[in-house]
Amino acid sequence: MRLMTPLSHIRNFSIVAHIDHGKSTLADRLIQSTGTVQDRDMKEQLLDAMDIERERGITIKANTVRIDYTADNGEKYVLNLIDTPGHVDFAYEVSRSMRAVEGSLLVVDSTQGVEAQTLANVYQAIDADHEIVPVLNKIDLPASEPDRVREQIEDVIGIDAKDALLVSAKTGIGIHETLEAIVHRLPAPKGDAAAPLKAMLVDSWYDSYLGVVVLVRIMDGVLRKGDQIKMMQTGARYGVDRLGVFRPAMQPVDELGPGEIGFLTASIKQVRDTRVGDTITHEKKGADKPLPGFKPSIPVVFCGLFPVDSSEFEDMRDAIEKLALNDASFTFEMETSAALGFGFRCGFLGLLHLEVIRDRIEREYDIDLITTAPSVVYHVHMKDGEMRELHNPADMPDLTYVDHMEEPRIKATILVPDEYLGDVLKLCQDRRGIQQELTYAGSRAMVVYDLPLNEVVFDFYDRLKSVTKGYASFDYQVVGYREDNLVKMQILVNDEPVDALSTMVHRDRAETRGRAMVEKLKDLIPRHMFKIPIQAAIGGKVIARETLSAMRKDVTAKCYGGDATRKRKLLDKQKAGKKKMRQFGKVDIPQEAFINALKMDS
Amino acid sequence: MPVSAEDWQDGGFGLYIHWPFCEAKCPYCDFNSHVARRIDQDRWRRAYLAEIDRVADELPGRVLNTIFFGGGTPSLMDPDSVAAILTRIAQRWPMANDAEITLEANPGSVEAGRFRAFRAAGITRISMGIQALNDADLRRLGRIHSVDEAMAAFDIARGTFDRVSFDLIYARQDQTLADWKAELNQALTKAIDHISLYQLTIEDGTAFGDRYRLGKLRGLPDDDAAADMFDATAEICAAHGFERYEVSNHARPGSEARHNLIYWRYGDYAGIGPGAHGRITVSGRRYATETHRNPAAWLSAAERGTGESLREPLAGMEQAAEYAMMSLRIGEGMDIGRYARLAGQPLNAVALADLSEQGFVTERGGRVVVTGRGLPLLNAVTGQLLAD
Repeated sequence: MRLMTPLSHIRNFSIVAHIDHGKSTLADRLIQSTGTVQDRDMKEQLLDAMDIERERGITIKANTVRIDYTADNGEKYVLNLIDTPGHVDFAYEVSRSMRAVEGSLLVVDSTQGVEAQTLANVYQAIDADHEIVPVLNKIDLPASEPDRVREQIEDVIGIDAKDALLVSAKTGIGIHETLEAIVHRLPAPKGDAAAPLKAMLVDSWYDSYLGVVVLVRIMDGVLRKGDQIKMMQTGARYGVDRLGVFRPAMQPVDELGPGEIGFLTASIKQVRDTRVGDTITHEKKGADKPLPGFKPSIPVVFCGLFPVDSSEFEDMRDAIEKLALNDASFTFEMETSAALGFGFRCGFLGLLHLEVIRDRIEREYDIDLITTAPSVVYHVHMKDGEMRELHNPADMPDLTYVDHMEEPRIKATILVPDEYLGDVLKLCQDRRGIQQELTYAGSRAMVVYDLPLNEVVFDFYDRLKSVTKGYASFDYQVVGYREDNLVKMQILVNDEPVDALSTMVHRDRAETRGRAMVEKLKDLIPRHMFKIPIQAAIGGKVIARETLSAMRKDVTAKCYGGDATRKRKLLDKQKAGKKKMRQFGKVDIPQEAFINALKMDS
Repeated sequence: MPVSAEDWQDGGFGLYIHWPFCEAKCPYCDFNSHVARRIDQDRWRRAYLAEIDRVADELPGRVLNTIFFGGGTPSLMDPDSVAAILTRIAQRWPMANDAEITLEANPGSVEAGRFRAFRAAGITRISMGIQALNDADLRRLGRIHSVDEAMAAFDIARGTFDRVSFDLIYARQDQTLADWKAELNQALTKAIDHISLYQLTIEDGTAFGDRYRLGKLRGLPDDDAAADMFDATAEICAAHGFERYEVSNHARPGSEARHNLIYWRYGDYAGIGPGAHGRITVSGRRYATETHRNPAAWLSAAERGTGESLREPLAGMEQAAEYAMMSLRIGEGMDIGRYARLAGQPLNAVALADLSEQGFVTERGGRVVVTGRGLPLLNAVTGQLLAD
């Protein structure tokens, strides 16, 4: 039986970093140098379990590892690392992970400097009262400029960086110093083992062998295997089946005491039955008051997902239900479209979240999908005083009953080298942005803009990367709703409205967007045997029009006895290609057109 | 119309004989052709004879309508070999009285001298690959003959054979509509009864294909210009009394290439020689056959008993698709009843009505015929007609 670790010998921490600044490598190195994982079991980015996470170099769910470390003073410490997602879409997951630990390592690439994403996450750490230890990484590279970056951290973030650690996670420089700093510079957790149990539900996910696994941080009291527990928010009761810690593989323990981080399983069927931020206590002699809770995460981007092959609808339903088991932030409901058949209207935390879910359905379940134009949630205020949430432009009510509409706005923070500043300002202005702040830190500008989410949701980040050659960094948070002159723009192909291409746009931007869309569609739709008018319209009024001329020549010059097999197979291929298109009236529209039509070139 | 006992009988029966060698490989050609320094003509002759026996054993008793020597450059064959092959064929099958026996020839001076020998061997028709009527374009097409040589060879051929056809390639690099019209008018003053006019097609796996992918094949007419040339071609030929009876083939009525009509009417044909394809009906089942493509591999396989490398039964739907693909190319069109019998289901009536309403096809006498408006879009028309 393992004894609980005394509070004074526990350190709980997270790592804050911009993507590519070396967070995962540093975590790997800390795990490896303490012998937590044997060298032969080591693989790159240990904590990023999903393929998509590894491939994109991002962390989506929080991951945890418990590290045993004997410090230079001879004492044995338990270090719990919660690895948090870096991307803005998952900011909410970051905030709750931060609440479970007392300190953070702020990792900054010493060849690059502070990025917008770093800022957003470090402010979350500051909000959570963390002790922050700056770590300058990639110190081995010739382009490393520790002094400049140290100064930048002080200027931009406003924390003391004179004791920043100089580290190369890749070569191992400074790893020992980092471990010592965790022990000596980060505070020990507080808590009372004798008090009634209060455990914070940090995260939960579905495991096909164990059912729902709940990640907990014990604040007060002791949680033991076999205990009867109660979720204070939902009132649900369970018996604890298993208790354990991550090293990073699951290792069972008999009890978890104050300050400790571990997992429990308790025959919980769905992730949805657990509320992140809930307080877990004992059924009997439990705590009276829960810990302060979190706000639930709310999807902000919606789109329709339809199987390319309509016979795969049931498979797709299975896939979506399975993914939702593990991701309570993703919502879905069935949707029917005249053109696309049966599918789902899905809600996501952001575009990356959308892409991750879509990729997982396509890859893990082998289902080709058509993705319709992403939309944000509008507030439609009806004349009778009712407010309707609009998730899908196709559901836009008759304008005669609409009083006014509101759209979500964001506060966007962009850090950019000053030579690209002009392009960034133009991009933000073009997207109906209102400048709020413009400051300099060294040769970099920090721009804060109030922007409509619908202008950002689609390709803003791509455009930003392209106008700044990848040197800008960007982060945002939704700040609220504002009334504006919004209209539904329809696209008519061969005189038939294509619902999947309908979008909400600002009235002043409608002509520009409409023209861009019909021009794009003219290139995206293959020529047919007849000419095809492509129009953008608001209400009954056409605001932009292009004509796709008829195909003139599509005939094989030579076809003799030796060509029969090849030409027949070509015909079959042509048929298979047609299945990847969707028919609207007599027009075949390729699936990629639905997304690409919305991408703006400027 | 009486229903034939076996489907192929509506198209007839022909033999295709492939000679895989050329003096030089042309940059646009994706046929199975090879350049060899030395060819053992005797050994090759024995292999062809053995293959003829193998096929004849399997398909006995049929009346043979046509024979076609293609390539490669079959006019490089030893005329004695051609004679031996034709003799053996005549021993194995009853020949139709008016059997058409065609040989493809290059318009070079070497071959011209052998035309008499080919006629003596039994060849009745020559198909000559002239390709262009100006020397600069011939060189760009990688042809080794000149216009003058071609004309001289053509004159010898027409003095030796009653039926001589020739090929031209158009929609070439930097060719305008006016250039093509002039060239075609000039060609038609020479033509006897048949002419094949092919739009230059860039095929993968050819020298032109490689250059095209690299963006180095410049000056090709765009689809609109090529479509204009296609339409002008039919008009000019008609004005000279040559009817477009197939996408790329034009003839005075009655002088159509009967061997090729077997393909387009989806008859049976046996393929002999390297990389030759066949469609044969054996014991009531129709098969697609292929032989070894590599000349040396075919030669030794044929010597060991069979040059065939593939025999695949064709499902009803596959046969129906091939029949449609082939028959919609020709002026007489596709027999709707025959299609339905092969497919085991009727032709898509909605698609047919739609295409007919748009003027791409007409329906008459139980046949679908592609119109002049539909022909340049034949692949799309066929695709729509055969859509599920």
